[in-house]
Amino acid sequence: MSTYRSIIQQGLWSNNVVFGQMLALCPLLAVTTTATNGLGMGLASTAVLLASNLLIASVRHWIRPEVRIPLFVLLIATLVTLVDMVMNAWLHELHKMLGLFIPLIVTNCAILGRAEAFASRQAVLPAAVDGLCMGLGFTLALVALGALREILGSGTLFANASLMLGSGFSALEFTLLDDYPGIVLLLLPPGGFLVLGFLIVLKRLIDRRIERWHLSPQPTATLDPANGETA
Amino acid sequence: MIVITPQAGPHVRNPGKVPSLMAKVVLALVPATLFGIYLFGLPALNTVLLCVVSALFFEGLCVRLVNKRLGLVLADGSAVLTGLLLALTLPPWAPWWIAVGGTGFAIVVGKQVYGGLGQNPFNPAMLARVALLLAFPLQMTTWVAPAPLFSPAAPDFAQSLTITFNGAAVPDSLSGATLLGQVKTDLDRGLALPQALGAHFSPLGQGIGYAAGSLGETSTLLLLLGGLYLLWQNIINWHTPVSFLATLALLAWVFQQLDPTSYAGPLYHLSSGAVMLAAFFILTDPVTSPATRAGQLLFGAGCALLVYIIRTWGGYPEGVAFAVLLMNALTPLVDHYFKPRQYGRTRRGKPLPLPPLEKMAPSRRGRP
Repeated sequence: MSTYRSIIQQGLWSNNVVFGQMLALCPLLAVTTTATNGLGMGLASTAVLLASNLLIASVRHWIRPEVRIPLFVLLIATLVTLVDMVMNAWLHELHKMLGLFIPLIVTNCAILGRAEAFASRQAVLPAAVDGLCMGLGFTLALVALGALREILGSGTLFANASLMLGSGFSALEFTLLDDYPGIVLLLLPPGGFLVLGFLIVLKRLIDRRIERWHLSPQPTATLDPANGETA
Repeated sequence: MIVITPQAGPHVRNPGKVPSLMAKVVLALVPATLFGIYLFGLPALNTVLLCVVSALFFEGLCVRLVNKRLGLVLADGSAVLTGLLLALTLPPWAPWWIAVGGTGFAIVVGKQVYGGLGQNPFNPAMLARVALLLAFPLQMTTWVAPAPLFSPAAPDFAQSLTITFNGAAVPDSLSGATLLGQVKTDLDRGLALPQALGAHFSPLGQGIGYAAGSLGETSTLLLLLGGLYLLWQNIINWHTPVSFLATLALLAWVFQQLDPTSYAGPLYHLSSGAVMLAAFFILTDPVTSPATRAGQLLFGAGCALLVYIIRTWGGYPEGVAFAVLLMNALTPLVDHYFKPRQYGRTRRGKPLPLPPLEKMAPSRRGRP
């Protein structure tokens, strides 16, 4: 049980694809001009990650180590093509918006990285959990970055969500500031780097706070100093 | 009983500390700043004050965050200089959030993120200028025609507060175009250069600076005066400004000889926009420019080339800030190829050759 907890924690927070491993920055910076784009891209990547981890973990005994990388790429490419077609059919507006970046999920190093580092040496179920959590962690980063850039850059949040993701998402749409001049810089690539930098600072501050909290003497331990044990 | 009268040791005093250096640069900028405030009225004063005060505020904030000594860092004057330099490049009637946000960007992202004074790869004021131009293209290109203090067109105190803090739009009757912007538009409309220049350009007028433009960049002559003061005080050396201005003039002259109907001459390029400010105050920033004289010559020339290219063929009418940032990025490379000679070594890093044996002292000659 504790291994699953560790897998989930690693994927969502401590070894997060973006904030921990600093991978997949190209799609991250390119598509996160709005939170909607970030969400769509994140979910597509999650689907590919989950499926590729599942597939690779289940065929891992039959793959010779010498040819594993080309085979992984082949499997991932197949999955991405499927996702691309599915999105084109049912989420056409979003597909048009994300454009080239959907096929480019193939080259997303986070996916090959998980296949190589985790799925190719673990059982099917942990691999699937890892793929899902890594994908959700990536989605979290994409949505956080997209939301910040969208709010500061154009004063809206989840704009056109219903148009792109389906009418069920219309509740997400906000216009936060009506008469907002807009910071165009944040919608350009440099703005992506700036916001990413500040988000990483934020994550490290939180980590440090947690670490200090763990290191600080717990009340139960200080009650009985003669015992010599620390909690 | 022996009476000892304490006396000062025979030490040489070195006045070249950071605070006095910064104070002299600020002093050199004062004439151009005062002229800008006179020319564009009280809103310009608001902009300058906002920039300087918020520069100190953001610097103090960052210093507190990393637990450095507050007084020591604030007293070095570099934040004041950055704020003032940024203010001089802003539109004079800029709203307050342009001034405060831009200064915050300059100090926090441009300087303190890298570790403070001396660590920043890019000139903070120019970085903020470019960031503001990309972030708020409309507000950063709304120029106001000169409305000198005490003239009927000048806004009074209450109006100046409205302009700065309430974002009152510049009335059409008061808006104006900069020379560079006007000429670029006219050329894009297909006018030949003499017609485009004829109505707006006189070298003397540009030199004095009674024109629309950035707060402190209109008066070329006052900036030149400040630059000469810095040269006289040995704060800067002549290599960067001279190579920058000479290369720009040479390029302008060559292209004017090739086709006078579409390329403006050297005087036009030297007397307009941010060229003088950059030549003496921005490019000579010791942190972000090369260390050696040869490197500085190259640095100035490269900057001039970029300014000319951006002004003449680029999308923006003025390119000094972009050129400075691009050359700042190249500074480590320039420093790699133009290293200062180490003491006791040749330029290639080999030890200096020993003098031949005959010239050595006779006592050493007989040794094995």
